[in-house]
Amino acid sequence: MTDLFDKHRPIAERFERMMELGVNAVGITNDQLISPTRAMIQGRETILAGTNNYMGITFEKAAIEAGKKALVEFGTGTTGSRIANGSYAMHKELERELAAFLNRKHCIVFTTGYQANLGMISGLAGPRDTVYLDADSHSSIYDGCTLSGAKLVRFRHNDAADLDKRLSRSEGEEGGKLVVLEGIYSMLGDRAPLKDFVELKKKHKFQLLVDEAHSFGVLGPHGRGLADEAGLEAEADFVVGTFSKSIGSIGGFGAGDHPMFETLRYAMRPYMFTASSSPATIATSIAAVKTLAREPERRDALRRNSERLFNGFRNLGFEMGCEDVSPVIAVKCKDEPSTIMMWNALLKAGVYVNIALPPGTPNRLCLLRCSVSAAHTDAEIDQVIATFAKVVAGR
Amino acid sequence: MTTDKPIIDEICRLLAPHNPKGIALSAATDIPKELNIDSVGVLDFIMEVEDTFDIEIPMNVVAETHTIGDLVKVVEARIRKA
Ligand SMILES: Cc1ncc(COP(=O)(O)O)c(C=O)c1O
Repeated sequence: MTDLFDKHRPIAERFERMMELGVNAVGITNDQLISPTRAMIQGRETILAGTNNYMGITFEKAAIEAGKKALVEFGTGTTGSRIANGSYAMHKELERELAAFLNRKHCIVFTTGYQANLGMISGLAGPRDTVYLDADSHSSIYDGCTLSGAKLVRFRHNDAADLDKRLSRSEGEEGGKLVVLEGIYSMLGDRAPLKDFVELKKKHKFQLLVDEAHSFGVLGPHGRGLADEAGLEAEADFVVGTFSKSIGSIGGFGAGDHPMFETLRYAMRPYMFTASSSPATIATSIAAVKTLAREPERRDALRRNSERLFNGFRNLGFEMGCEDVSPVIAVKCKDEPSTIMMWNALLKAGVYVNIALPPGTPNRLCLLRCSVSAAHTDAEIDQVIATFAKVVAGR
Repeated sequence: MTTDKPIIDEICRLLAPHNPKGIALSAATDIPKELNIDSVGVLDFIMEVEDTFDIEIPMNVVAETHTIGDLVKVVEARIRKA
């Protein structure tokens, strides 16, 4: 008999190597949350600088009250999908609120952002179509592509000329074409050069989906994401986003203006065959969308905080993931063992960041990845910089 | 484009940077397993193959391509199609 676990031996061995260094970088426990930016970890008060809590919105009074009310009035769960059990009024309210915020005609919410990508990509593209995806795409995009059964063509990261070449190679083939980009790439924090990609629409006919997971609520004059920032929303046919970052809740959405958009509800397996979000989750998400719309100053605070951390790291001479300032700030490190040791030293000094290692990173990079929050104080940012100065500088 | 050289030689040349241990390459060599290249590394290598021969090798095809011999067959078929 072949043990089904045999194939996972390399993973187990890698994990053991990490544990030999005395570090479990993928299994920390937050024993208590003190605020959106502080938690008790291993008995120490720790600054959270790796949680994607961009708006620092997880302890908002209005959202917590709305969540409590929904819990009491609608119960703990929906016990099924919206196709099987029907929607709760709040699901529809959230879709209306989001559509209004995004200035889109249609919006569909999903139970997670991961499922939003799975659903949207596999709903839009089928076996006769081709999906062109950026090489650095998030795993949920890769998995959505696999689920679609479409032909999959990968192009070089943020390289519109490379996509142009690949679109030309399949010129004249039957079927639709979907190009998938991200607003802010989750590992290095760089933005897609949207204008260059949109320019290709004149030459090659394709539809464009932008995953604004890290840019929704963050970029643009209305906080709608990269397409909003670039003034190219009309060219982004479909938007995907998540509630797990700027919304501080859990869930995801797909939105667009296509007249047949609502048909996707009956064509997306990751929407149809999983339970819908719980009432409390939906209620907190609605409250958070309203907060984002009402308090654009949060975006300004996030931008200031991001610049403060970015400039602090630059002054320490670090090589960063990219030259654009975004709330994702990744410091490039030499190799895996030193990255693990530094990550651990940061944690022991009271700073939590993400560790990102190959193959989960572009170009086999080893990264200490920070995400900035609007709720970080200047003192917290400065402490993160000072701790990096001690632990990382000169390594 | 260098299709006049045997395809296998060209593929071995492209694999050289991914083969720091200098393992002897043949049609039977399993690219990810024997050269210990992770899933993303294989996709990056395939992009180089696509550009060298100016062909398209969709990711769906990569999933079923393991050995250098498999890859040579894919490249041959795709050059003919182009
Ligand atoms: C680019 C991107 N898309 C999608 C997701 C999935 O979102 P969620 O955490 O809501 O499943 C994430 C984050 O995990 C992401 O970084």
